[in-house]
Amino acid sequence: MAEIKNIPQEKFKFVGDKNLSHDVKLETKPRSYLHDAFSRFCKNKGSVVAACVIVVLVLFAIITPWCTPYQVSYNDPNFAFALPKSHLFENTNFWDGCAVKRVGFHDFIINYAISTELNDAKEGNGGHNVIKNEEYEVVTDDASGSTLYVYREDSYHKLGTIYKQVNVEEYEMIQKYQDETGNQVIYPTVRPSDRPKASQDNNNANYYFKTQMVNNKTEIVLDDNGNVIPVYWQQPAADINDGYHSLRIEGQQGIQRDGTTYYNVYARNVAGGDVELRINYYEYYIFRHAYVLKDGITEPYFVFGATDSGRDILTCLASGARFSFIFAIAIAVVNMFIGAIWGAIAGYYGGAIDLTMERITDVLSAIPMMIVITLLKYHMEETSQILILFLAFIATGWIGMASTVRMQFYRFKNQEYVLAARTLGATDWRVMWKHIFPNSLGTLVTSCALVIPSMIFSETSLTYLGIISLTSGNITSVGTLIAAGQPFLTSFPHIVAFPSVFLALLMLSFNLFGNGLRDAFNPTLRGSEG
Amino acid sequence: MYMFKYVLKRLALMLMCFAIIMLMCFVLIKMLPIIVTGTFGVDTNIQYLKLEARGYITNLRWEGTRIVGFDKVPILKQLWLYLQRIFRDGDFGIGTSMPQYEGKPVWDAFVSRLPPTILINIYSSLIGVPIGLGLGILAALKKNTWIDHVISTGVIVLISVPSIVYALLILYVLCFKLQLFPLRMDAGTDYLSWSMFKSMMPATLSLCLGSIAGYARFTRAELTEVLTSEFMLLARTKGLTRGQATVRHAMRNSMVPIFPSILSEFIAVLSGSLIIEQMFSIPGVGRLYLDAINAKDYDFFMLLSGFYCLVGLAAGIVVDISYGFIDPRIRMGAR
Repeated sequence: MAEIKNIPQEKFKFVGDKNLSHDVKLETKPRSYLHDAFSRFCKNKGSVVAACVIVVLVLFAIITPWCTPYQVSYNDPNFAFALPKSHLFENTNFWDGCAVKRVGFHDFIINYAISTELNDAKEGNGGHNVIKNEEYEVVTDDASGSTLYVYREDSYHKLGTIYKQVNVEEYEMIQKYQDETGNQVIYPTVRPSDRPKASQDNNNANYYFKTQMVNNKTEIVLDDNGNVIPVYWQQPAADINDGYHSLRIEGQQGIQRDGTTYYNVYARNVAGGDVELRINYYEYYIFRHAYVLKDGITEPYFVFGATDSGRDILTCLASGARFSFIFAIAIAVVNMFIGAIWGAIAGYYGGAIDLTMERITDVLSAIPMMIVITLLKYHMEETSQILILFLAFIATGWIGMASTVRMQFYRFKNQEYVLAARTLGATDWRVMWKHIFPNSLGTLVTSCALVIPSMIFSETSLTYLGIISLTSGNITSVGTLIAAGQPFLTSFPHIVAFPSVFLALLMLSFNLFGNGLRDAFNPTLRGSEG
Repeated sequence: MYMFKYVLKRLALMLMCFAIIMLMCFVLIKMLPIIVTGTFGVDTNIQYLKLEARGYITNLRWEGTRIVGFDKVPILKQLWLYLQRIFRDGDFGIGTSMPQYEGKPVWDAFVSRLPPTILINIYSSLIGVPIGLGLGILAALKKNTWIDHVISTGVIVLISVPSIVYALLILYVLCFKLQLFPLRMDAGTDYLSWSMFKSMMPATLSLCLGSIAGYARFTRAELTEVLTSEFMLLARTKGLTRGQATVRHAMRNSMVPIFPSILSEFIAVLSGSLIIEQMFSIPGVGRLYLDAINAKDYDFFMLLSGFYCLVGLAAGIVVDISYGFIDPRIRMGAR
């Protein structure tokens, strides 16, 4: 201690020339609230991934309807339950539009005969194989001891041929198309008396061979070599009057038998001047869409498969998703608007006004959604279901937003800066919107993001339950798709699989994203995760 | 004493809320046109006469043997008659447009549809609560280990994925592929038999998956908070082992908010899930409600709406009140 007393005066020196210490300007960059929130959000890996998934799903919903040639309203019952097929996976046993079949001899031979007939028509024109790659296995069933055929059945070709009545103009047009492209669409028809007798098979055009009826069931008659015996309707060249002048599967020379030339008959006149043709539906489909309608559809090709009514699931799903997104965002915005006004008034004025408004929201929020929607539905039967759904979601949806805003107003309305603004003569309106409301904007937007998935879920549930039916024109909903596919869950799971996966992904990523957003906008969590 | 007063006040408020909602419902329903659909073999005249006998319409105008017109009774008078019948006779109305309930009291139909709904929810709670709490406790005790991560991920997935999706998955995988359970619920009213129990399982599972996740998340959050609080440290310094401290101090404290939520969920699920009942074709109240809505059976709609509304309100109020009873630190409604 003694030394301190004896420090010579000269040892005291100024630290610098300027002895005054000023506040140093911070050299770091100022971080804005949004920037801060964004960096906090990016730290949460799950939320970032979720955000990416959401972006992908939104892009899927926006872009897909433009890219697919199909419309939601488009349906072709002949391709009902078509399985998902992608050209990328055509040569694999996955996503190829085929399903494994274990069937008995009868079903096998029908499918086999379809391939034989349609592929033999044109040299090198494969691609109508019902049995994929013509590969099949013969196995013996352990339980019953019967012989089973195991193969992959192509759901796009299994339809084979159908009898179709067309008018003469279309008949001519098909022939013209055949001549131009060389694709066989029309196949020789079968005399009605040679068609299967059993009523359930009578109109089945795939029985172009000899059959007999046993116990009211159709049985196939085979020749000695085990092949089917075609029973095409054949007439001598002189007697033919079917107006057919295009490609013939028997060759343009016809068939020589007993010195006469026979031709297959390709059309049968039916009542009303129309003709009944036996057409390969797959080729007819291409003709119909690529040649006549020119609607961009080049072949039956459903990436996600087709529903029970033959709608393209990809298109339906994308449109349903797009509708859900737009709908949810629109409702969120309207709810935010109503909620902001309501909450601002209740929170700012307080007292009796607040009390009254709170009681009203209490009652409103206690009404179950089902009651609201049912009453609206009963009273507005004439209006569109979308409007009903819209009103029902708005009717009680704004309450959450209102209470958020109200709480923020309670927090900020007695702060000094508000008092200052009021002292300077700001009107109530100005204080509310310029000074207090911006404080609640962050929480409001976050709650908006959090509310969107629940809205999509409610919409899906309601359409699934059939309370609201959105399927009209070119609008559909994910819930409708699931409800339509559910009866066929065991036989055709792909119909519900794609909408379900979409829904699950959407909800999962929205929840993760929403949680991340909530944490990001909460400055108290700053640095808590290290 | 103010606890009692508080409960009374809450109950009164709830009843008032309920009364207002039902009044709005009643008025809006009665504003709708009366539809009489002559189902096969039922004379529309009889239906009109029934409606007249119940005081919904009056001044029937006859044209020969057919009724061609009528006047509606004022809604307030209808309300009075409706309330009178409910409180005097316990009569909630009769079915009008669903063939199987045509002319039968709606209350009986409602009661006959209750057992499947309630049973499924009881099973679901019996399975869901222990598993959910167990997973939550495990996750909290093993916080930030792989067990916790697995459980937390599962919880997030289960909470986010809508019940439609995993109900479909259960239906496809468990019922169809593995054939563990039948695809549909057994018919009949033998609700306590083994085969019935088995056939209810898919629906029960789909219902409880969500609540398992909910309980697990809630329990984990509460327990982790309690485990880090200072009195736990004190308990350990007093010489308690980790297990003792956890069971005696942490567990009991964390149950304070969890128990009311179990109670409220138990009440809330009484109303069942419309989606689950629809998907597994459970002949429960939810299905009845949906059928009534689609068939426009207004008496059924009123009764079932009232039921759902009441269940929802009761679930909310039970949480608030039970907090006060379970946790003496919370003095509800005290000033």
